[in-house]
Amino acid sequence: MISVNLSAIFYLISGVLFILALRGLSSPETSRQGNLFGIIGMIIAITVTFLSIGNFQSGFIFVLIFLLIGGLIGAFVAYKIPMTAMPELVAGFHSLVGLAAVFVAISAFLNPEAFNLGTPGNIKLGSLIEMSIGAAVGAITFSGSIIAFLKLQGIMSGAPITFKGQHPLNALILISIIILIYLLCASQSPNFFWLLLAVSFLIGFLLIIPIGGADMPVVISMLNSYSGWAAAGIGFTLENTALIITGALVGSSGAILSYIMCKGMNRSFFNVILGGFGATEQSANSSSKEQRPVKSGNAEDAAFLMKNASSVIIVPGYGMAVAQAQHALREMVDTLKKNDIKVSYAIHPVAGRMPGHMNVLLAEANVPYDEVFELEEINNDFANADVAFVIGANDVTNPVAKTDPQSPIYGMPVLDVEKCKSVLFVKRSLSPGYAGIDNDLFYKENTLMLFADAKKMTEDITKNL
Amino acid sequence: MEIDPFIFRLSIFILSIFIGYYVVWSVTPSLHTPLMSVTNAISSVIIVGAIIAGLAGNSESVFNTSSIFGFLAISLAAINIFGGFLVTQRMLAMYKKKKKDK
Repeated sequence: MISVNLSAIFYLISGVLFILALRGLSSPETSRQGNLFGIIGMIIAITVTFLSIGNFQSGFIFVLIFLLIGGLIGAFVAYKIPMTAMPELVAGFHSLVGLAAVFVAISAFLNPEAFNLGTPGNIKLGSLIEMSIGAAVGAITFSGSIIAFLKLQGIMSGAPITFKGQHPLNALILISIIILIYLLCASQSPNFFWLLLAVSFLIGFLLIIPIGGADMPVVISMLNSYSGWAAAGIGFTLENTALIITGALVGSSGAILSYIMCKGMNRSFFNVILGGFGATEQSANSSSKEQRPVKSGNAEDAAFLMKNASSVIIVPGYGMAVAQAQHALREMVDTLKKNDIKVSYAIHPVAGRMPGHMNVLLAEANVPYDEVFELEEINNDFANADVAFVIGANDVTNPVAKTDPQSPIYGMPVLDVEKCKSVLFVKRSLSPGYAGIDNDLFYKENTLMLFADAKKMTEDITKNL
Repeated sequence: MEIDPFIFRLSIFILSIFIGYYVVWSVTPSLHTPLMSVTNAISSVIIVGAIIAGLAGNSESVFNTSSIFGFLAISLAAINIFGGFLVTQRMLAMYKKKKKDK
């Protein structure tokens, strides 16, 4: 048994280690060390918790058993999961943080003595407010993440689900959450606590269903943020510094990522949250454009163009992840490099289904990270490049975003692919992207469409090089 | 008059938000996916609450409603801690620099 003050110091140390863990991610070289700091911080926090309770006879063995069960499942998943499934995994992890926060809040509510919060029916007011906020946010995180997971996994359609009176209903539920917290604090009645949880689960579900599959980068970041605030709420209840610091870090991290993702799509946060994007009318517009002539080619044409190029820029998108084409792509690039062709990769902030998704896939395929560039870093290079190879991306290359103020994506930052001498566009068909708009790039003089599965086309090009 | 300890915790919280703000802006965009998985792992430090809840039962009854929720929360958080740190490590191990010795 160690003193309260000593354990508080150790919790502070693990909080600081968590800050260093995030700090390490500022560059790939320091990132592995950062992850190690995070692990050490976690070990300290758990060890100190055991020591500060000091009650080893009764439930200790069960704590270890449950810890081990969870640990084994986690380790198994971490080793087995394919990199293309990272968005699903992260969404799943968010739901677990949310549910864990709910469970801890329930335990604290049922047995407040164990946490020094008073007695059942007479819990300290401040603690009660903190734990109900933590529980409510945790429940929202849980059910919201489950929906995000199901949408990403394809079990649930990625199409936005909207119905009449959706927004007033959501607003009503959010107000009822505040009222329930007030009633709970006034009466200390467990009924209000359970009702609060039920309503929070419901609103998490309702908040995410109207958001379309392609807005998932924002949703995942947002749920990341929520899981942090839930942890912070519980941290206040438990008076635990490590949890408060972590909650604040994670909360602001998720918020910043959401902001970056929204900016990458030139949409306001509320626009995304209110949802329904992609269900908008644009059909009349696109059907008239369908008639325009398109140049299409095969792998030989593409290989010929690239062989005669001196620099090639690759623009990967979600389609590359779906087709699992990253390894085939790297092989193609290797062949190009052998022919002394300069190759770089251009990544749009919202390419893929979560922040940084493309970077991880390219890293998995052994692409060195110093060949991979962000939009601002590389956008001026398109004008000097010979070939742009667009694989699985669409809307993020659409020049309409710069020229047509009527377009729903007008103002969105896009990659200046059309400035290249020639553009190779790997795509299965001419169908529009998630924004439901036609891509002008398809019809440009210097664009060659390669209609095929991304992986197969890339392999065929490599054969012809 | 003494300051309520809550105010101190609130101060830690607010300052941590600012630290988080600056630290996260300095994270390179190519590492945003590992950032999300590592934040997942560290937010599971909520396990400390779960352990307290799990150990709260007395020797006659290790399992009561409160401690069962604690045990379940331990497992959930442990999945995240192990899964989150390990998958982050797996991802970070893949980030390599261009080999100069060609």
